[in-house]
Amino acid sequence: MTRLSSAFAKPHPALVTFITAGDGDTAANLDALVEGGADVIELGMPFTDPMADGPAIQAANIRALGAGTTTAEVLRIAREFRQRHPQVPLVLMGYANPMVRRRPEWFASAAAEAGVDGVICVDIPPEEDDALGPALRAAGIAPIRLATPTTDAARLPQVLEGSAGFLYYVSVAGITGKQQAAQASIEDAVKRFKAATDLPVAVGFGVRTPKQAAAIARVADGVIVGSALVELIGTHGKDAPEHLRELTSALSGAIRTAG
Amino acid sequence: MTEHPNSFRNQPDERGHFGAYGGRYVAETLMPLVLDLEREYRAAKADPAFQEQFDDLLEHYVGRPSPLYFAERLTEALGGAQVWFKREELNHTGAHKINNCIGQILLAIRMGKTRIIAETGAGQHGVATATVCARFGLPCTIFMGATDVARQQPNVFRMKLLGAEVVPVDSGAATLKDAMNEALRHWVANVHDTFYIIGTAAGPHPYPELVRDFQSVIGKEARAQMLERTGRLPDLLIAAVGGGSNAIGLFHPFLDDPDVAMIGVEAAGHGIDSGQHAASLTGGAPGVLHGNKTYLLQDEDGQIAEAHSISAGLDYPGIGPEHAWLYESGRVKYLPIGDDEALEAFQLCCRLEGIIPALESSHALAALPKLAGDYGRDQIILVNVSGRGDKDIFTVADKLGVTF
Ligand SMILES: Cc1ncc(COP(=O)(O)O)c(C=O)c1O
Repeated sequence: MTRLSSAFAKPHPALVTFITAGDGDTAANLDALVEGGADVIELGMPFTDPMADGPAIQAANIRALGAGTTTAEVLRIAREFRQRHPQVPLVLMGYANPMVRRRPEWFASAAAEAGVDGVICVDIPPEEDDALGPALRAAGIAPIRLATPTTDAARLPQVLEGSAGFLYYVSVAGITGKQQAAQASIEDAVKRFKAATDLPVAVGFGVRTPKQAAAIARVADGVIVGSALVELIGTHGKDAPEHLRELTSALSGAIRTAG
Repeated sequence: MTEHPNSFRNQPDERGHFGAYGGRYVAETLMPLVLDLEREYRAAKADPAFQEQFDDLLEHYVGRPSPLYFAERLTEALGGAQVWFKREELNHTGAHKINNCIGQILLAIRMGKTRIIAETGAGQHGVATATVCARFGLPCTIFMGATDVARQQPNVFRMKLLGAEVVPVDSGAATLKDAMNEALRHWVANVHDTFYIIGTAAGPHPYPELVRDFQSVIGKEARAQMLERTGRLPDLLIAAVGGGSNAIGLFHPFLDDPDVAMIGVEAAGHGIDSGQHAASLTGGAPGVLHGNKTYLLQDEDGQIAEAHSISAGLDYPGIGPEHAWLYESGRVKYLPIGDDEALEAFQLCCRLEGIIPALESSHALAALPKLAGDYGRDQIILVNVSGRGDKDIFTVADKLGVTF
């Protein structure tokens, strides 16, 4: 079993938490997420042009880059996280250009060496994935793909082909941190995906509260929360860890008791 | 790289790749939409009624064909080749941008879309988009960097008069790149009813191809006009390159004429060595941004650098993918021209030809003193005057230290 598959084999759906690398004291923030009960960590690679992100994560990208966060620094944060938390799966999420700048093979092996389990690249669809995906798989990293409300039955097999780890369902056609999807549409989509794949299906975009998380946990294998956590870092800076721990623990509690 | 294809005019391939460049690097939410757009574009291209409506609007609404003009006094002053202008600045709305907007709004209507969005730098594409939206009665939202809103006030007001909503974008350096990010974000959230009219030959496939096709009217006309007036083809074509739409529009119909040389002019801002420029081919490296793989200004980590040019329409850290391919194939040469040289050429064109060129087009004109002397008086250089400079007079006045 990989770290990722173990996380999705727990008796409760997985809580997947996102923060941006280099935004605040990332090591302390990540530890707080784990202490609060996060099952999978998504670490955002900051990018100058986060086209799929709303204001909260845009601001986190600007803070991280303003603090001088380089690719080497992101990898260092990952490596040290892996040393502190040997069992918690770690996924890098970001945009294509920083991942392919030094060639996809370089990125894949550097990420593997840092103990990364999966990579989500927002702007490489299956149609363009003939370099990064194979490089990741060769390095033993799961390429995690996104499915959206616009991913119809005709496209779904292509999205699933070559993807691993889990399927990330972007539940709103939109950017991160904005509106929330209707529960019924989430249920329908998850059913559709589960019929097409054995991969766990995690649902994200617009999930902010324990109540929402619990509702999604009743139908999906994982719940992804990003902007709400990133906003806490924006608001509380150095004091963010305690707030992150608190929200994560509320989300995790809600998911575990959702039944 | 040096391998010569049979034709330079058969790109992109079916996946939208121009050699190693182009493609569809978009979030999954947009993929079904760009695939849809491609299907619809193929159908439109094969539909004579679509072409007929496009041609009719270009003739009677835009005022095409645009003249081919012998710039006699500039030719005298430069003392070399004959200089001719393709007069895109005489189009309705004052630039080549309208050619593409007519094509794309007809596509939007064909696809049943009911809202239009666009990004703009100088405001020329925003004005052209607002114009076609008024003409066809569709609501229109234009995303424009806050820096550009400040330096292109007349165009902002024009867009508003035409009924468009102008959304200033504050992120990054608040210029064209940021406007495009915001337009993409808005599009992702409104895919069901919104058509995105991209203003240059860049973005995810099929945009680079369809923008090129709509803008190719420039080169098709110029080729026929030149043959009719002089009995021969030009020796050299020059056009300014922002994203590259006016340049590819002029160049494409000539790409398989081996005796026609071509130069795309990139904005060198304060100079390539200063780091403050917008010359993605001369000073950039391949990467992925805004839906396509192409040359980009970026650091060693792949973070995108801010571009700089006196010309808002060239102030972009990327370039259309077909230019990246033409550059590597060697078919087209690319020359960097700085702010000061463009400003000189702007003034020279005003005084010698009685034409106030756009600062973008002034970059193309500024290549002339460097090149005209290499050619004889029996040879022809054709410059694309992509737009008129009325929008730029405040920027120029500021640079010249003039206050009103
Ligand atoms: C007059 C004019 N020329 C050129 C450009 C640059 O764009 P492109 O390279 O797509 O022609 C612009 C862009 O705003 C423009 O307004």
